[in-house]
Amino acid sequence: MAATATTVVAPTAIDRKALIQRYATYVILLGVVIWLGANLITSPSQFFSASAEGFNLGMLYALIALGYTLVYGIIELINFAHGDLFMLGALCSGFLLTTVMGQDQSNLMGWVLFLVTLVGTMVFCGGVNVSIEFLAYRRLRRAPKLAPLITAVGMSFILQFIGLKWNGSTPKQWPSVFPEGSFGIGDFRVSYSLLVVVAVTVPVLLLLRWVVTSTRQGKAMRAVAQDQDAARLMGVNVNRTISFTFLIGGALAGTAGVMYQQVVGTTAYNLGFQMGLIAFTSAVLGGIGNITGAVLGGVLIGLIQGINDGAPLGFGQKWSQTVVFTILILLMVFKPEGLLGRPTTEKV
Amino acid sequence: MSGTSAPGGATDAGEPMLELDGIHVYYGNIAAVKGLSLTVHPGEIVTLIGSNGAGKSTTLRAISGLLPLRHGSIRFQGEDLGGAPDHEVVRRGIAHSPEGRRIFPRMTVDENLDMGAFLRKDEEEIARDREMVLDLFPRLRERIGQKAGTMSGGEQQMLAVGRALMAKPKLLLLDEPSMGLAPVLVDVIFETITRIREQGTTVLLVEQNALAALEIADRAYVLESGALKLHGPASELAEDEEIVNAYLGG
Repeated sequence: MAATATTVVAPTAIDRKALIQRYATYVILLGVVIWLGANLITSPSQFFSASAEGFNLGMLYALIALGYTLVYGIIELINFAHGDLFMLGALCSGFLLTTVMGQDQSNLMGWVLFLVTLVGTMVFCGGVNVSIEFLAYRRLRRAPKLAPLITAVGMSFILQFIGLKWNGSTPKQWPSVFPEGSFGIGDFRVSYSLLVVVAVTVPVLLLLRWVVTSTRQGKAMRAVAQDQDAARLMGVNVNRTISFTFLIGGALAGTAGVMYQQVVGTTAYNLGFQMGLIAFTSAVLGGIGNITGAVLGGVLIGLIQGINDGAPLGFGQKWSQTVVFTILILLMVFKPEGLLGRPTTEKV
Repeated sequence: MSGTSAPGGATDAGEPMLELDGIHVYYGNIAAVKGLSLTVHPGEIVTLIGSNGAGKSTTLRAISGLLPLRHGSIRFQGEDLGGAPDHEVVRRGIAHSPEGRRIFPRMTVDENLDMGAFLRKDEEEIARDREMVLDLFPRLRERIGQKAGTMSGGEQQMLAVGRALMAKPKLLLLDEPSMGLAPVLVDVIFETITRIREQGTTVLLVEQNALAALEIADRAYVLESGALKLHGPASELAEDEEIVNAYLGG
């Protein structure tokens, strides 16, 4: 895809480095594409199901990654507590759907209560995220960058211990209200649960896009992200805009939490750590601060992980983090700003 | 509060629009403005001049609410601005085109102008003001869909002024509108400022290019180390050789 040779201008000393970086990026991407192609040829059906699995995972990564990228974009904080917020979302989902409303089967009532749970969890996680910003981060807005960062790490532990109290120390099994089984032709199968995940995630992403590009609050968000003082001079209420950003990020984490709880069916108090770390990685891979990049990075890492775990030429589940992070590190070396990120020389 | 006559003031007609009374502004523990008082009357162009670090930009930032006052008060149209949150200042009718332009680099020219009218709801009036701004700066019309960060310094400066005008301000604060511009463009900017005044907007102008500023201003305040040094009609200051040599780099 990216490997089509364009006309090469004789490099001067200055842009030789940039050129090497660009081609190295192409080579890495080409390597990934070849690996994918080899998998596809070896066993198309297995490749297909592994991709579907990976895509499913990627959607969750994307939803969580957006929370990292939105917050970073607006206040340049890596919100380490975000993964744990996702965990609380998963717990909240099981709590609302099964413990409170007693739903444990897939039927019409299940769908209705699932939607109620989804909205409830989005509100819950959005509210928690707004509170965290208000209680902890807002006071440190003019403090040196490390202070809010450490606070975020502390928040991560606090949320984990809330999760520990709520969920218990051992993983908890939950019934799913998603229909079981799959559909498709021959060996090419797509599970119904993936269909539900796509049916929920895609509209949520489109809604987010609309909010950011076309609403007043979205404009305020972009203005604050680009120049906080200038936004103030336009009459933008910066505090409210930052709260709004945390609200959206939290709601997206809540969405991911509900899907995870329903698709995987197991929750644990520490599941936010790994999911959060990979989602953060997705945000960095896509270019932190870039919304499209977060989705692209999430889906890409999900796909790589899925194919590595399930496809014939994969390295197996034991190696999935290794493969993901090897690709990430290679890309970072040659394209530190991420796939769609801006070079860091430009002032935000 | 009736106008106590300003020393050397020429046009002391009626209630002042803006009145700074002994303001002190600090960056941390460092005083940047120490007890500055000044007035701006409706329809005037008033300029603040002085060397680098004299406290000119700090004064504008304090008026806009970006910096808190340690002492003193700022009154605008008879109302105290001190308690207002920063985003309220625009609503009261003060727009600020800040030092260094500060346009939104990843928004288009159009979106930037749109941000200028962020608090306004009167769609028709906004559309009319947009046309007015694009008539003042025809270059912006040519660049309307371009990302503002990719424009030249002069174009960005026009956008910064245009964006401030989109708030339909009663008082326009302009911070170094000629900074880094080619001489031709400097003339255009200063000419535009007089036209803005003719359209009924009062202007408080901070300038390094003091002689050019004195040419279009009615009155001038000369700041030195955060305090008022001199104050008088612009035409008189421009002719005073001693002043020109000491403060205006003439």
